[in-house]
Amino acid sequence: MSEAADLRSHAEDLAGPLPPLLAAADHLASTVLLGEHGRRRAGLGDEFWQYRQAMPGDEARMIDWRRSGRSDVHFVREKEWQAAQSVLLWIDGAQSMGFSSSPKLQSKSERARLLALALSSLLIRGGERVGLTSSEMPPRSGELQLMRLAGALADTAGQEDYGTPEVRGVLPHSRAVFVSDFLGDISGAEAAITKVTDRGVSGAILHILDPQEEAFPFDGRTIFESMGRSVSHETMKAGDLRSRYLERLGERKDRLSSLARATGWQYDCHHTDTPASAALLWLYRSLERVQH
Amino acid sequence: MWTLGPIGFTAPWLLAGLLALPILWILLRAVPPAPIRRRFPGVALLLGLSDDENETDKTPWWLLLLRALAIAAAIIGFAGPILNPKPERDGTGPLLVLLDGTWADARDWQTRMTRTEALLEEASRAGRTAAVVVLNDPPQGDLPFQAADAWVQRLPSLEPKPWAPDADALASWTDALEGSFDVFWMSDGLAYPWREDLLGSLEDRGGVTVFESPRPVVALRPAVFADGIVTVTAVRSRTGESGEHTINAHGPDPAGIPRILASGSVTFGAGDAEAEIDLSLPPEVRNRVSRFEIGGARSAGTVTLADDGLRRREVALISGSEDREGLVLLSPTHYLEQALEPTAELIEGTLTDVLLANPDVIVLADVATLAEGETEEVLEWVREGGLLLRFAGPRLAASDVSRTVEDPLLPVRLRAGGRSVGGAMSWGEPKVLRPFSDTSPFFGLSIPQDVTVSAQVMAQPDPTLSERAIASLADGTPLVTRKREGQGQIVLFHVTANAEWSTLPLSGLFVQMLDRLAVSSRAEGRSAEDLAGTTWVPDQILDAFGVVSDAGALPGVAGDVLAEAEPGPDLPPGLYAGEERRIALNVTDAETTLTPAVWPSRIPVEGFAVVQETLLKGTLLSIALGLLLIDIIASLWLSGRLTGPRSAVSAALALALLVPQTHPAAAQGEDEIFAIEATAEVVLAHVVTGDSRLDEVAHAGLRGISQTLFQRTAVEPAEPIAVDLETDEIAFFPFLYWPITQDQPIPSDEAYAKLNRYLRTGGMILFDTRDADVAQFGGSSPNGRKLQLLAAPLDIPPLEPIPPDHVLTRTFYLIQDFPGRHISSDVWVEASRQDAERVEGMPFRNLNDNVTPIVIGGNDWASAWAIDERGNRMFPVGRGFAGERQREIALRFGVNLVMHVLTGNYKSDQVHVPALLDRLGQ
Repeated sequence: MSEAADLRSHAEDLAGPLPPLLAAADHLASTVLLGEHGRRRAGLGDEFWQYRQAMPGDEARMIDWRRSGRSDVHFVREKEWQAAQSVLLWIDGAQSMGFSSSPKLQSKSERARLLALALSSLLIRGGERVGLTSSEMPPRSGELQLMRLAGALADTAGQEDYGTPEVRGVLPHSRAVFVSDFLGDISGAEAAITKVTDRGVSGAILHILDPQEEAFPFDGRTIFESMGRSVSHETMKAGDLRSRYLERLGERKDRLSSLARATGWQYDCHHTDTPASAALLWLYRSLERVQH
Repeated sequence: MWTLGPIGFTAPWLLAGLLALPILWILLRAVPPAPIRRRFPGVALLLGLSDDENETDKTPWWLLLLRALAIAAAIIGFAGPILNPKPERDGTGPLLVLLDGTWADARDWQTRMTRTEALLEEASRAGRTAAVVVLNDPPQGDLPFQAADAWVQRLPSLEPKPWAPDADALASWTDALEGSFDVFWMSDGLAYPWREDLLGSLEDRGGVTVFESPRPVVALRPAVFADGIVTVTAVRSRTGESGEHTINAHGPDPAGIPRILASGSVTFGAGDAEAEIDLSLPPEVRNRVSRFEIGGARSAGTVTLADDGLRRREVALISGSEDREGLVLLSPTHYLEQALEPTAELIEGTLTDVLLANPDVIVLADVATLAEGETEEVLEWVREGGLLLRFAGPRLAASDVSRTVEDPLLPVRLRAGGRSVGGAMSWGEPKVLRPFSDTSPFFGLSIPQDVTVSAQVMAQPDPTLSERAIASLADGTPLVTRKREGQGQIVLFHVTANAEWSTLPLSGLFVQMLDRLAVSSRAEGRSAEDLAGTTWVPDQILDAFGVVSDAGALPGVAGDVLAEAEPGPDLPPGLYAGEERRIALNVTDAETTLTPAVWPSRIPVEGFAVVQETLLKGTLLSIALGLLLIDIIASLWLSGRLTGPRSAVSAALALALLVPQTHPAAAQGEDEIFAIEATAEVVLAHVVTGDSRLDEVAHAGLRGISQTLFQRTAVEPAEPIAVDLETDEIAFFPFLYWPITQDQPIPSDEAYAKLNRYLRTGGMILFDTRDADVAQFGGSSPNGRKLQLLAAPLDIPPLEPIPPDHVLTRTFYLIQDFPGRHISSDVWVEASRQDAERVEGMPFRNLNDNVTPIVIGGNDWASAWAIDERGNRMFPVGRGFAGERQREIALRFGVNLVMHVLTGNYKSDQVHVPALLDRLGQ
């Protein structure tokens, strides 16, 4: 009996964050697109995509005679690509992501989770398979996977200050999405990304920053501490540090974006005070572009 | 108290704290501000960055300066600075306060008393004994030094007197002074001969400070009446800039109420000590004047009492015989005229005419008999206080008047014939006069040697003769006899009025005797000889403040004392009544000049305008507080708390500090709010009737018509306002809607005055009796009667029903009837001119130039216009479509009305005619 009750309360605890998160994610996803769409490119699938002229090398049985009958050349009917694809997500769960500069803004990790779940919702509706890059959650399709993802994302609260991307569960030739603030050691992130690119994975890097981290509006004598208090820096005149800090931040963003360009990934920087739907839209579109 | 220039410090040792300021500066400069701790993930990017400057973040110099100034201001403030400190008297001995106590003090007496009180309080704080002495009334014996508080109690009993201190009494008092004490002398500003000596002996006793009022002392000299003009001279003690004063003549009016009978203004030129003013008053006003005063000044010197010197008696001269032509010197009245001309009004005419003029004296020169009726009238007149002066003459001697029985108009019985002495046909020398007895009104007059009597009528010896004879010859024969009759008297001179029988009329004694008899009234009759032998009783006295009061039972004074005209304790200034007349004794005489008192330069002279000492402590402390507030904000700003994250809290705190602490809730008066609401936009108003439902409907109605106006016209009214006639200002509103109910209160008079002013200055009131049967403006309905009642005090022009070409029918819409919820055609507006003619080519007459101030009707327009908050019409009008049409016309009437109010008869202009003809033609 108590087991059942425990289980139930655990389950409810587990399910606790799911409805709001899911509802928010669904809401966000519905702003991007309503209903099912295909991937809008030619490929294996069921739905009609387009007619194209028959090229030498096409099999004869693929010629659509009805369309060709109307003209002089032969046309091949192409179907829309509706192959299910695997998308693997990594959301940075370090403590630095828990920072939000104002109570009105979401913390970076909340925003990241929201975006991740919304993206998953969209992808699963589109028939893809979504999973996390940690090996506990391999990519699967279906609504239940959405629930599982929500549960897995809900209780990630890391102990370290800054996180590095996990790549153990990344399958070759799938897509990956890394969402983080990348304020920690960048070399770890670079290594991870290059490693998975070697396996044939391409994807998107979403750099989430708080507007305060972007602007550095501090002045006067200040002691800066990280969220886990492991790193601290004291300065007498914070205003003087601003330009140098911004320089370093820009440098980091440049490194990430050049890495992305070099590896064929997409890179975008998102701030938590801008609407989440913009980021979601970008994420969704970015997963369509393939640069093989 | 330590003084530094004009500033004194009560706690000067605190200023030593200012020395600590540089140390404070160094400390503050060296100590950097406290750091803020922030959680910031981006700190990973900051690792390795070092600060530009190696020195610590210092507080900027201007912030330090601010703090230093604040602390300095606080230190100085606590040291108790006082601007213009009162010099503390550091005497410890007894204090003597001397007051001159003359009439010149009386004007500022209250100020002097206040100043004395302040001095006594200072003395009591310093523990000194004090004494207050009025020089007019020096205390006998030693100076009464007592505790200063005891003297404060006794101050109200001190009073100025209207005379100057006696020099001899003062001298003896000064000599008797002993001991050493400090003196404060409140002088009146005028120079007296005893000042120097008194000052010298007081300086021997201790320090002397003098207080004087900086204002010049002003006084009036007695009024002089000459040639029909009254001249009043004002003198002042200090010449300087020009000054102007008003002189008022006070006296009872014919009903007996004291009034100002005349007034004029006298201007002192710059540097003049005297100024004159001539007042020409009609005789009846002049005779009633009792005193002249300088307006606004309260002292005995500025009041001059008018005695009989201003009054001219009216003397009627009636002579028996006609003038022999050319022989003026022989005419009986010639000498009388000469004697009386300057000082009396002479009337001539027949007796009955003269009696009608009601003179003071009737002189019958050699008139023997009067007609019966005349006798009665004259006797009546004498009994009411007239003086009948009769002179003997040949006619009287030859007649048989008063031989056997005393004639009512003669004081004695006369012997037949009379006598002549010293003439050509007689024995003896002409008789001279005997000195006057003390019961006679002529007592004291000196008799010149050359007054002789050569012929006279004789009186029959009678028991009453001795009391009736007031002047006799050397042998005892009466020369002048008098008897009293009622309030008046009858006097008979046994000689002629001309020089036939005696040389009396040629002499000055004659004039003096007439004067004594109050036949004439001379201002010059004041010298000692004129007044010798008389006794005068004070009738009204003047106190030092210039207040005339009844004398009560004061003893009389002798005439020669009065003639000296020196007011003193036994001779208070005022009006003295003698037998027949009154003489005024003023504090000034015809030659008074006011000389200001001159003090040697070693004596400090203070005026009353003591420079106020201002405490600077409060100002300085508030400056310090202000600087500290600015410092707080500046520190917040420097440490980044104002502009960084979470700055809202600091900013709010700073703002809260900036708001002045002692901000009095400047309650913007409700009137201002009301006025601004009413005038910021066009606002329609309705009068509060007290019936809340009706007021709601009126408000809703005006809201409805406002909405319609907003939608359809350029007029954009704001929310309508309910106006309370008693308390609100109605001039803001172009238009007042006034629904009539039975239970309305009648507005007060002020409200009616407001309404009348409103109507006169172009406002319009729409009276709505709300019952459609307002048959006539006479009101057969109860609301109509109430309307009559309400509108009765209003200034309403004549009214007529709206003529069909009134401008109201075309100001916006073209309408011909004015329905509301009811349809009745009786709407009344101001009547047009009678002669309004229709000009050729115009479809209307030009009826009125201005907005009709009143529109009266009974169609309940408010209900037709009313809309509720949701925009629905509140009341049904009529039925069905016709009802809606009626509502539409009601709205159009409302629009027309408001356009009429706002634009007047604009639509009567010729420029609209073509468009109008166009519309009408359709």
